[in-house]
Amino acid sequence: MSIASQMVNTTEQFIKLFEKNQSALSNGMHPKVNQLRDVALNHFKQTGIPNTKVENYKYTNLQPFFRPEYKQIITKEDISDNSNPNFKCEVPQLDTYQLFTINGRFFQGNTFPKLPDGVIICSFEDFTTKYPEHTEKYYGETAQVNSDAMVALNTMNARDGFVIYIPKGCIIDNPIQVVNLMIDNTDLFVNQRNLIIAENDCQAKVMICDHTVSTQRFAINAVTEVFIGERAVFDIYGLQSQHNMTTQVAGTYITQKTGSNVMVNNLTLHSGIVRNNIYVTLDGEHCETHLYGLYLNDKNQHVDNFTFIDHVKPNCFSSELFKGVLDDYSSGSFTGKIMVRPNAQKTNAFQSNRNLLLTPDAKFNTKPQLEIYADDVKCSHGATVGQMDENALFYLRSRGLSKEEARILLMYAFTYEVIEKIKVEPLKEQIRGLVEKRFRGELDKCESCVVCGQLGHQISCL
Amino acid sequence: MAEDQNKILEEVTGSDYKFGFTTSIDTETIPKGLSEDVVRLISAKKNEPEFMLNYRLEAYKHWLTLKQPDWAHLNIPEINFQEIIFYAAPRTKPKYDSIDDVDPELIDTFNKLGIPLNEQKALAGVAVDAVMDSVSVKTTFKETLAEKGIIFCSISDAIKEFPDLIQKYLGSVVTYNDNYFAALNSAVFSDGSFVYIPKGVRCPLELSTYFRINAMNTGQFERTLIIADDDSYVSYLEGCTAPMRDENQLHAAIVEIVVMERAEVKYSTVQNWYPGDKNGVGGIFNFVTKRAFCKGDYSKISWTQVETGSSITWKYPSCILKGDHSVGEFYSVAVTNNYQQADTGTKMIHLGKHTKSLIVSKGVSAGKSQNSYRGLVKVSKKANDARNFSQCDSLLLGDKCGAHTFPYLEINNNTAIVEHEATTSKIGEDQIFYCNQRGLSTEDAIGLIVNGYVKEVINQLPMEFAVEAQKLLQLSLEGSVG
Repeated sequence: MSIASQMVNTTEQFIKLFEKNQSALSNGMHPKVNQLRDVALNHFKQTGIPNTKVENYKYTNLQPFFRPEYKQIITKEDISDNSNPNFKCEVPQLDTYQLFTINGRFFQGNTFPKLPDGVIICSFEDFTTKYPEHTEKYYGETAQVNSDAMVALNTMNARDGFVIYIPKGCIIDNPIQVVNLMIDNTDLFVNQRNLIIAENDCQAKVMICDHTVSTQRFAINAVTEVFIGERAVFDIYGLQSQHNMTTQVAGTYITQKTGSNVMVNNLTLHSGIVRNNIYVTLDGEHCETHLYGLYLNDKNQHVDNFTFIDHVKPNCFSSELFKGVLDDYSSGSFTGKIMVRPNAQKTNAFQSNRNLLLTPDAKFNTKPQLEIYADDVKCSHGATVGQMDENALFYLRSRGLSKEEARILLMYAFTYEVIEKIKVEPLKEQIRGLVEKRFRGELDKCESCVVCGQLGHQISCL
Repeated sequence: MAEDQNKILEEVTGSDYKFGFTTSIDTETIPKGLSEDVVRLISAKKNEPEFMLNYRLEAYKHWLTLKQPDWAHLNIPEINFQEIIFYAAPRTKPKYDSIDDVDPELIDTFNKLGIPLNEQKALAGVAVDAVMDSVSVKTTFKETLAEKGIIFCSISDAIKEFPDLIQKYLGSVVTYNDNYFAALNSAVFSDGSFVYIPKGVRCPLELSTYFRINAMNTGQFERTLIIADDDSYVSYLEGCTAPMRDENQLHAAIVEIVVMERAEVKYSTVQNWYPGDKNGVGGIFNFVTKRAFCKGDYSKISWTQVETGSSITWKYPSCILKGDHSVGEFYSVAVTNNYQQADTGTKMIHLGKHTKSLIVSKGVSAGKSQNSYRGLVKVSKKANDARNFSQCDSLLLGDKCGAHTFPYLEINNNTAIVEHEATTSKIGEDQIFYCNQRGLSTEDAIGLIVNGYVKEVINQLPMEFAVEAQKLLQLSLEGSVG
């Protein structure tokens, strides 16, 4: 069988799988969720799993990694092990509201003492039945099924994930920490659907950590829809630390209303194939968006960051900074699209993507794009790919630093620009330490972590 | 100075028409449409050798398998290839008997550009009388080139006279299966220029299509081949600042340049074809494939383009930097107004070691136009110490137009240093106020600011062009204010 026909088959098999599972997936879910499945199916039939012929996936072919033969967990009954995950995630001097998802499903043992009034943290499955009015209003609104084939696939198979609802005016000091764990004894296809709703005037921070706990192959397709109400201030920290056999497509789709302020800081410390889709729609005046990203690739890892900032209304500000260090024969790519719609006057949008290639086998592709239909705007983008500054290295060496130490110091300085944007002090300190360890090659050897594919006894994160 | 230039221009343009097509083949066209027979007919009419016919036929067969590309940020109406006449012998009869019959708006434009009367007539398609001294200009010109051993003739002549060179180089840079429009051009190309600069020769003149008989009306499928042998230098000018009225709506040209060791080629274009009227009706589709192959070490290619015309421009002059230490440069100004669309940029493909490239692209959009920069910088795995710097700026004049940038950076070597910068902005009100305050009208102020903005590119143009290009920019933006 030729490779091409095999690829077509992959898509067909995913469609067949869905048709087989549709009734189980739809059982007990909100009608809107079920209606959108059919709409999504139609789009998915046309597009299929993206390969490099799709312009937006030019540098990442997902077809070999999303295999229909992987196991898929659909309902609660499919979960083999319901025990408490032996997973501790501790950042010193940081209190968080911690919740777990296991293989894309909300862990039933999650408890939240001291949660402020009105804040809802629950599973997506429960949310759609308990809060039909919110589901009706928010579900499927930002992550449009026609925007991306992987969103369509996710919407078809949407069943569970986490939901965070923060009511009007609520200010949560401690971050909410979501720990997504992958653990199973067979290869798994995980389809996770999350929803974050921050009503007007609220303030909160969410940390999302992705981990693999067993060595199986995981193909993860997660979609997180985020609604930010008027004047809300919201920070999202993402930390991806997974083993090399993982393929993750993480879609974050954000809609912002008037006067809101959003920061997304995404750190890819370790992974297999990662594709981050970050879509932000500035659907109100005087919004502010900050997107930051850091990726540290080695071996044959591949990280593809795709961002799309849509300036719909006037007087908004957006800034993007993505930095990466590529070692061994790893590869990466960045696409940053800024769209300024007609009438979105007085838009200020800035973007920067900078990359360090450490070895002759590493490669990087970058596509910073501006699409501008309004005239009174200030937009800029910059992209660089290069190596370490010889002069800076020489300077450090002349001050008595070893070659290795000088290199680490420079790499660390290069990445710190992104790390310093983290507003939670203890978290910043923790990440700083992790990145430094990562450059020293110590993270791989860390016995308590499975990121390098070795199964540890005790698992800890951050 | 300017007067002298005008005089020279007047003389040389006049010569085209004197010796142009008055004695050439009858005005005959072949039936509409495209088929294998049409390709054979074109080849037969041009008395081409067997290999050319085969080349055309292969290209045509390949073209049949292709679809019109739709990836550009352009809205291209469906082109009906069966409605196009693919071969027309050059026009022999002038369109008008006297200048009074010409569209007064066009005459107005000529006057603003300061184009001499005779040239105006020539451009508008009015019969022109012989211009004094033009014979001598042309003859001296030919003699100078012949002395140095430079070949500068039409590609049809070259196919017959230098079949070896043609067989070796035609289609070596842009193969017929390169893209849709390249395949089309390879199958049906009408005419164009051929330049060969021998080893060690520095071409003493700026070679321009202006100077060559048969240069006008080379038809819609122009084909240019330039070969610069070791240690040679040539500067080649294409196009003209004056507005060109042309009844051919579709233009699909190919330009191929081969640069050998230590040779340097400078290729400048000023394109000002009919952009359609204020409502976007009519206008030329300009789909061009231009590519230079820096074959030898230390070779250099420099593209400079000023694009103000055409309703749709689809053009990416590219550089393949194969020789070690080779250099590619791309300077571009693209101005769009009314309903014009432009998707233009460059490709810098670094294959050799220590290769350098520079991209300076300035886009100006006004009215309801769409102006895109699309560029690729690719550093292959073996291209150690490659260096690239790209700068793409867009200037927006008006709130209905669009300015877009789509750069692609593909880096496969860690010793490469690649930088890309892009900005988009509009002319500041404070800048205009400053000019107004000093007595400049708003329109003049914009002209001044735009010219300052594109100066970096205009400076790359040969003197003859630079002055006119500046005026042209101002003119293209006329009516875009307020």
